[in-house]
Amino acid sequence: MTVGIVGYGAYVPRWRIKSASIAEIWGSDKERIGSLVGEKSVASLDEDTVTMAVEASRSALLRAGINPKDIGAVYVGSESHPYVVKPSSSIVAEALDATPELTAADLEFACKAGTAAIQIVMGLIESGRTRYGMAIGSDTAQGRPGDELEYTAASGAAAFLLGAEGMLAVLDDTYSYCTDTPDFWRREGEEFPRHGGRFTGGPAYFTHVLAATKGLLEKTGTTVKDYDHFVFHQPNSKFPLKVAEILGIPKEKLAPGLLVSKIGNTYSAASMLGLAATLDIAKPGEKILLTSFGSGAGSDSFSITVTDAIEEKRGKARLLKEMIDAKQYIGYAEYLKFRKKLKGVLA
Amino acid sequence: MYEEKAVAFHWRGFKERYGLLGSKCESCGRHYFPARVICPGCRRKGKMKGVKFSGKGKIYSFTVVRTPPTGFEIFIPYIMAIVDLDEGARVVSQVVDCKPEEVEIGMQVESCFRKIREENKSGLILYGFKFRPARKSNLSEGKQL
Amino acid sequence: MKLPARDVAIIGVGITKYGEHWNLGLKDLITEAGIKAIQDAKISGNDIELIVGGSMSSGMFVGQEHTGALFADQMGLNPKPAIRTEAACASSSVALRVGVMAIASGMYDCVAVGGAEKMTDVYGSQATTTLAGAMDRDNEAYFGLTFPGVYALMAKRHMHQYGTTREQLAMVAVKNHGNAVHNPHAQYRSPITIDEVLKSPLVADPLRLLDCSPIADGAACIIIVPAEVAKNYTDTPIYIRASVQASDTLGLYMRKDITTINANLHAAKLAYQMAGVTPADMHFAEVHDCFTINEIISCEDLGFCKKGDGGKIIQEGETHIGGRIPINTSGGLKAKGHPVGATGAGQIVELVEQLRGEAGKRQVAGAETALAHNLGGSGSTVVIHILSRNRGKV
Repeated sequence: MTVGIVGYGAYVPRWRIKSASIAEIWGSDKERIGSLVGEKSVASLDEDTVTMAVEASRSALLRAGINPKDIGAVYVGSESHPYVVKPSSSIVAEALDATPELTAADLEFACKAGTAAIQIVMGLIESGRTRYGMAIGSDTAQGRPGDELEYTAASGAAAFLLGAEGMLAVLDDTYSYCTDTPDFWRREGEEFPRHGGRFTGGPAYFTHVLAATKGLLEKTGTTVKDYDHFVFHQPNSKFPLKVAEILGIPKEKLAPGLLVSKIGNTYSAASMLGLAATLDIAKPGEKILLTSFGSGAGSDSFSITVTDAIEEKRGKARLLKEMIDAKQYIGYAEYLKFRKKLKGVLA
Repeated sequence: MYEEKAVAFHWRGFKERYGLLGSKCESCGRHYFPARVICPGCRRKGKMKGVKFSGKGKIYSFTVVRTPPTGFEIFIPYIMAIVDLDEGARVVSQVVDCKPEEVEIGMQVESCFRKIREENKSGLILYGFKFRPARKSNLSEGKQL
Repeated sequence: MKLPARDVAIIGVGITKYGEHWNLGLKDLITEAGIKAIQDAKISGNDIELIVGGSMSSGMFVGQEHTGALFADQMGLNPKPAIRTEAACASSSVALRVGVMAIASGMYDCVAVGGAEKMTDVYGSQATTTLAGAMDRDNEAYFGLTFPGVYALMAKRHMHQYGTTREQLAMVAVKNHGNAVHNPHAQYRSPITIDEVLKSPLVADPLRLLDCSPIADGAACIIIVPAEVAKNYTDTPIYIRASVQASDTLGLYMRKDITTINANLHAAKLAYQMAGVTPADMHFAEVHDCFTINEIISCEDLGFCKKGDGGKIIQEGETHIGGRIPINTSGGLKAKGHPVGATGAGQIVELVEQLRGEAGKRQVAGAETALAHNLGGSGSTVVIHILSRNRGKV
């Protein structure tokens, strides 16, 4: 059975902080950092992984135009679920009015939890167990104050409603590559993550992204020339462009899906938002290759073909560009208040 | 810190607060939020049916709260408004994603899903609807989303 | 609603000073007001057959429910029956109304009514939360609206529809503080200026700190008897010519036009009818100024001016002492204080002192008939009393 994307949705909060505003406080080189990421999105005080997941998945539902009660599965991938125990997915399912006949669970695999959700839903649909399923990647990632990840850790959500009918893009195939590579982690009870510094590059990001992408090409019998658009996980603007260089992909083919300099690294939503931005402009018949990366580590790679239905469905919900452009800047002090990094704040 | 209500109190309102669900009286056509058992206009002659509001509306009046009740301390200052929903019902809700100076009586708004507040650090997180300034779609359809 | 089978008259009143009484508890406030009223009426405690006392939230403020029992116990009046009435800020005028109905029914001949509130044993945000119980808890307070926020919404709309100005709201506060200078029971007794009001911190735009009545502790008590025997007790009985009540939606948002309070209109119509008078016959009035905007809105609803002119009449001095219709000669809730459960009874005390000619420097010359307007929440309960020196026609 062919399975594909029946509806997709994206959500980026309104607030932005310039990397220069953060660099100023810590005395860092504004220009060097500015070249890696210009500004990032910041969730409001009243937003979290769940609220953004709801916004994104409601947009996906608008594009799909199906009865929410026909959604048989909801998975939310994140590394900033608001509860440690109590699923985000059941709240999202209730807000979508998909309850009560469905399965749901939360996932965590750093920045690839959302694409793992896509693969799980693919399996449910291909096996005929479920008619439609929602796979969501959503995060309000936290960076330790003063750490380099503070410049990029951002907030956002992307949702994909998958099914076998009314697809606006077909998921031709998927290939994954996973090893125990501890490049970035956070222990129970700790507020901020830790990482392996430069180790997060070669042995982690590049090894897995390249292996997964090459594996997918081999599995599908395609080469990079067969694809019109590429989306790679984007922890900063340098890494995905380096992957493109290594694989011989022209930079322009990454452009629509490369959002990190404008909204930062939205973790579980990152590569999925890149895909959403690409779907916002892709033409029927075009092929997209997406490879995510999650620290810990693993990559999921997908071959996607856009169908005729994209033109009609795309306009039914807000385009990502509009959300990216509808921004309001805050300074570092407001950023600390929003991200609740201040001690003694009530609730 | 203040006394929390037991979960059932909050849980009962999840569906109506997540989905902006109310009721409509089929006898007189009036809409209500939240859903009512009795139509104040028709009483016994009324016939109430569940309804899901589109979330589109206009601001009827608004204020900026600066002295918070317990649980809302971190949000001040925040904008509260009475919103006239397109269907005819009215709700009280917070207006987000804009500055107090940008709010006007008559402004078009659309609903969104946000956190209302947390029941202390260890209690439930309460979600529900709020309103933000309405935005138009990019496409030539000009359809309001 | 019919006229009472028996008329009722007031023979004695007692009131505590309103303010932050750190050294007085709820019991102390109750006994002070009660003793003063009994002494003023020159009766014995044994003469009292029924107690009706108001308290908005003794439960949330001091953890004490069953306040009726507290009133009777503290006044040493066991085993006489005691009723607690609750209608948010209108609790004690409802108490008076119940007392009037008890006497009118013929079942009781001497009733002590009143109210008490102890608001300063909780912290600020807890008081805000408690007062929000007067609004629609599930649909207004749940989402973060506060009580000042409710009136701010009304003010915003009134300014939008009628052009009422920020300065006119401030004038209400200035007038009432000016009146309170001459009221020994008042919480705040120094004058303020419009400038001070306009510079005070914002509470809920456009309302500022000095637009809002203060949190206070206080109690008031009134002794009532059938009108036909009032002269046995005192040479200056004050007759209750109307005692009416009306309701409106709990939530402000449920009303079509939030610049007017329906319950005000209904109660006012009934009250004037019952007393056989018109608004022009009132020599002065106590009007529920929990927030400055409400004095403006309610003066319109009570018929003291046209709808929308509430700001105009204060600007033109018509509601000052010496003007056409003095409003809140006591200093109102704004300057006298607003110990919610006691407020309504306190308004009656002002009316009685004025009508007896005992109001000193705030005396309204020739005062014979007056109106007390007390409301709960955003006007979900409205109680109006019309009192007069004259038993029959004005």
